[in-house]
Amino acid sequence: MKSLKLAVLVTVALFAVSTLAMAGTLQDVRAKGFVQVGVNGGVFGFSMPDKKGVWKGLDVDTAKAIAAAVFGDANKVKFVPLTAVQRLPALQSKEIDVLCRNTTATLTRDTTNGLNFTHVNFYDGQGFLVPKKLGVKSAKELDGATVCVLPGTTTELNAADYFRSHGMKWKPVVIEQTSELNKAFFAGRCDCLTSDSSQLAAQRSVAPNPDDYVLLPEIISKEPLAPVVRHGDDQWYDIVNWTVMALIQAEELGITSKNVDEKLKSKDPRVKRFLGVTPGLGKALGLDDKWAYNIVKQVGNYGEIFDRNVGPNTPLKLERGLNALWTKGGLMYAWPFR
Amino acid sequence: MATDVAGENIPFWLDPKKRAVVFQILVFCLVGLLAYYLVSNTLTNLKRQSIATGFGFLEKEASFEIGESMIPYSSADTYARALLVGALNTLKVSFIGIVLSVLLGTIIGIARLSSNWLVARLAGLYIEVMQDIPVLLQLFFWYAIFYETLPSPRQALHPFAGVFLCNRGVAVAVPSAHPAYKWMLAAFLAACVLTWLMRRWARRRQEERGLIFPVFRVGLAMLLGFPLIVWWAFGMPHAMNVPKLVGFNFKGGITFSPEFIALLMGLVLYTAAFVAEVVRAGIQSVNKGQTEAALAIGLKQSQVLNLVILPQALRVIIPPLTSQMLNLTKNSSLAVAIGFPDFVSVANTTINQTGQSIEGVALIMAVYLFFSLSTSVFMNWYNQKAALVER
Repeated sequence: MKSLKLAVLVTVALFAVSTLAMAGTLQDVRAKGFVQVGVNGGVFGFSMPDKKGVWKGLDVDTAKAIAAAVFGDANKVKFVPLTAVQRLPALQSKEIDVLCRNTTATLTRDTTNGLNFTHVNFYDGQGFLVPKKLGVKSAKELDGATVCVLPGTTTELNAADYFRSHGMKWKPVVIEQTSELNKAFFAGRCDCLTSDSSQLAAQRSVAPNPDDYVLLPEIISKEPLAPVVRHGDDQWYDIVNWTVMALIQAEELGITSKNVDEKLKSKDPRVKRFLGVTPGLGKALGLDDKWAYNIVKQVGNYGEIFDRNVGPNTPLKLERGLNALWTKGGLMYAWPFR
Repeated sequence: MATDVAGENIPFWLDPKKRAVVFQILVFCLVGLLAYYLVSNTLTNLKRQSIATGFGFLEKEASFEIGESMIPYSSADTYARALLVGALNTLKVSFIGIVLSVLLGTIIGIARLSSNWLVARLAGLYIEVMQDIPVLLQLFFWYAIFYETLPSPRQALHPFAGVFLCNRGVAVAVPSAHPAYKWMLAAFLAACVLTWLMRRWARRRQEERGLIFPVFRVGLAMLLGFPLIVWWAFGMPHAMNVPKLVGFNFKGGITFSPEFIALLMGLVLYTAAFVAEVVRAGIQSVNKGQTEAALAIGLKQSQVLNLVILPQALRVIIPPLTSQMLNLTKNSSLAVAIGFPDFVSVANTTINQTGQSIEGVALIMAVYLFFSLSTSVFMNWYNQKAALVER
């Protein structure tokens, strides 16, 4: 079935007529009235429908921020769940406008795949989740282990590199659907599950007995997760890029969804420019000058999004760590809004 | 008038033969143009989106690991070798699957026609249930049975000597390597050739002089006896390579992974139901009067089956059986759902790591086309052999 979908995407790519490319993504999006976003759909805290079928998560909120920037309405967005294998062809063939699907920025994807990664919305690293009863304290003790892993991810390559560089043998079990993979792991098919550590925390939170599993201390890779757009549409790239940065900038300026209306009266020139009280920034992007106001008002700033979806009060219980603002020892750093 | 008939004065658009040629040339040009349009349009589009094209990636390092492989493979090998590993895995599961499903299907098909009420109904129930459940669900079911019900390697079930069952697979003891085995294989092959020659000789002798030679019994004796004699000559080596629990998993012996077993079981049990129906139809296509006539001229039951029913039934059975074999091969691509590294699974990973979907999908199509055409060619040859020969 997955292969069928892939085949359809490839066929679409075959027939996509070059003239279509002339119209910019922004015009296309405005014409159809919503932003089509590729998401994971199976990772709690990043993108997953809740019990009522409402999409929730950090990637989902990033996508809503884009809709808020473009339309002034965070709900003008449609989500397309994609597997790791489908996601890049879906973007290349224009089935989606932007991909917010915990996708790691790498050189190859940025170049030969014809994609552009925008500002990072989550800094992650690959780790290992093991059952406590295995008695393993470090990833270096995993020689000969069977490892559950998703196909077509940087995870698969990092794991191969890690075991190779430490001269250890391993056996991958590669299953395409995240849910099937987790079922196999929690039933004991594999000795350990490897993925981005945020995802491991998410999977553990939905495990039958979350306390029976432990994350190993080693983080074996850098995983800068960022929204992705197609090569060659600079205006759309700018919009997505600066939308992510607007979320970070809002947190840095202390603007939240609660106080944004008061901040409209602020005398701080940075706040006035950011919220469009002093006009100019929105126009430069080809958007309304209220774009950043709409983002913060309807979705919140980066800190709010983080706490709501993956923070200490959620089942994931993630600390800010690398994802704290640069002023607080993290890597979240927005370029100047001027 | 005579010259008109010869075609001298008829314009070519009124001559059906010439018209047909013109139409065929037109259609051929259209197809060619469409193909040209597709290829050039794709290349332009890919270039515009600056996506890499071509099969150059095959020479690059794959840098991903594959769970099971019939040839030595590591993540330092090339994509080409990784894809070869996948193709061999597909071949392995398809070949074993086809052999087993034909065997099982034949047994069930015959059981379906049994005069024993219970046997016939059970076979009927099996066919109905297996045919009506989608094969993907069956794969999930067998896979889940494996990892949900079996214990971890440390508490592996040990039903009899040399066999271990756990949620990591089935580990089986195999004889340790010994030069005798190579010679036993050679002896077996020699016995095969001899049996074939004997069968030809016996058939000619029967046609010429009407004498019957017990080909089956003598052949079986040779096939079993030759390797046994060689084994005895080498001093009857019997050391076994028994699987042992080392670290996380079993080492030694042969281990069949849960993915492989689940895939094989799912495919075989599903396809066997269809094969059974094909076999039943084939046998029923032979008129009952023929059996009675054959018995009346004094043939034994086994001879009735071998000389009268099977030669006629096979003609009906082979073409739909071929299509079931092709189905099994193609269904094996569902392996990706339960994590068996078949060709599609490896190609999918390759596509995602290189981003070259079009080349990847083209490779998938080429490989399945090759497997299917090879099966078809072989089965068509067999079908011709089984066809009615008049003499």
